[in-house]
Amino acid sequence: MHPAPSVIFFTSFSGLGFGMLMWLGSGLPLLWGLEAFVYFFVAYALSVGGLLSSVFHLGNPKNGLKAFSQWRTSWLSREGICAVLSLLVMGLYGIGLIFLEENWFLLGYVGSVLSFGTVFTTSMIYMQLKTVPRWNMLWTPVLFMVLSWGGGALLVGDENLSLFLLLLGGCVQVVAWLRGDKRFSEVGVSLESATGLGSRGRVRMFESPHTGTNYLLKEMVYKVGRKHARKLRVMGLLLLSVFPVLLLWFLGEYDWVVWFSVILHVLGLLTVRWLFFAEAEHVVGVYYGKR
Amino acid sequence: MTLLPEKVDKKLGLVIDLDTCVGCHACVVACKGWNTENYGSALSDKDAYGGDPVGTFLNRVHSYEVEPPLGASQTVHFPKSCLHCEDAPCVTVCPTGASYKREEDGIVLVNEDACIGCGLCAWACPYGARELDGVSGVMKKCTLCVDRIYNENLAEEDRVPACVRTCPAGARHFGDLGDEESDVSKLVRERGGMDLMPEMGTKPVNKYLPLRSRDEGLGVPALEEVASEPTGFMRWLDKVLEKV
Repeated sequence: MHPAPSVIFFTSFSGLGFGMLMWLGSGLPLLWGLEAFVYFFVAYALSVGGLLSSVFHLGNPKNGLKAFSQWRTSWLSREGICAVLSLLVMGLYGIGLIFLEENWFLLGYVGSVLSFGTVFTTSMIYMQLKTVPRWNMLWTPVLFMVLSWGGGALLVGDENLSLFLLLLGGCVQVVAWLRGDKRFSEVGVSLESATGLGSRGRVRMFESPHTGTNYLLKEMVYKVGRKHARKLRVMGLLLLSVFPVLLLWFLGEYDWVVWFSVILHVLGLLTVRWLFFAEAEHVVGVYYGKR
Repeated sequence: MTLLPEKVDKKLGLVIDLDTCVGCHACVVACKGWNTENYGSALSDKDAYGGDPVGTFLNRVHSYEVEPPLGASQTVHFPKSCLHCEDAPCVTVCPTGASYKREEDGIVLVNEDACIGCGLCAWACPYGARELDGVSGVMKKCTLCVDRIYNENLAEEDRVPACVRTCPAGARHFGDLGDEESDVSKLVRERGGMDLMPEMGTKPVNKYLPLRSRDEGLGVPALEEVASEPTGFMRWLDKVLEKV
């Protein structure tokens, strides 16, 4: 799949932002006044920034408001609703903490659940696609959620929680890669099944339907990333999980460690998210003799 | 409305005969011609006469080679457009309700006035039947020429999809696949019509007719195996050259 910067930034930053909001809503940590303002500001900048970035992925954003209407079947619609609701609820909760010295903890819990729901619904947009076998597995939502919890915990400065969750996130990422590598062959799509000609013999592409490229090839048959995938996986894993975990473990007492870990983690997150798209193969590729 | 209808009155669709298609791409041109000036926005082309042309098409003809374990290989032309699936994954993923499946005839359509161009429906389709138009930014797909088949301003023989009307080989058939007694249903029964990528669980309405088996001896006889060891003069030369 084409690793469009808009969707990479969207899933990465909104994951971090809503992860932060989830912890802030559940009172971990409970902050007041100016300090609360700073944390809420960062969380909103990330989550709203991420959501705005996704708008750049749209071909025709002027109909955007209609995207909240089809929650009965569409995970994308559900995600939009969850995102707006959690931003509204957490906004109210934040106002109480920042300006009124009030801890409306019930509101915080509701916002926390909604923020969690936003990340879950985002992951389901990808998980639901049978056409992209690498995404179509339980590990996709697990990965998105654990990374969001871990990144959120790191950003709110909870060292113990983030150490544990980033370690867990690294493990889940490795499992997701290893399981994901097998998914395409498990689904069993081939040019033979795609054309229905398999009973006759081996099928191969003879001539493409078009000499140039098209939307399908540009959007869904992206192969550049796979060349350096192994190296990028190692780099991504080190930045995402290994380095931050080691830093937090051995040098956790220093203030700069959390901030430095945040930078490394975000770079790692962008790398693994890029791979999430670039490595994913869409079944339509087989019609073009490409996988 | 992205909920799929529980029951459709008709299952209008195409039956494509892979044994008859000659790969002339006339259906591709007829489709583009009709649909660029009728339903919804135009099917745009970019850099059409330049070095890197790219455009939107609702129907494309691939060509494949089938290599049987024995005997000659065969070229198969393979037109591909929306299969108007009964369990259309492109419809349910749509966040705006722009994509829908009609209850009255099962046609899958896009209401361009509601489409945000997110592209998720194209991701959800295993067949590559949907293309986001590079100029209008909305999703384009086969409408089964909904603006022809019910169009009483056209002569009766023209009330079929443009691709069917134009096919010079008669490889494309249009009809109600929900009606057991329709011509297309009979054709599917007689010729063993098949689904594409059944493992995707989309239950396509469009069916493809497989190749008919060829008469014995009509194919090109298989070539004899190329000699792996040279004989005569060549064998002598081979030995001499190896010693030099």
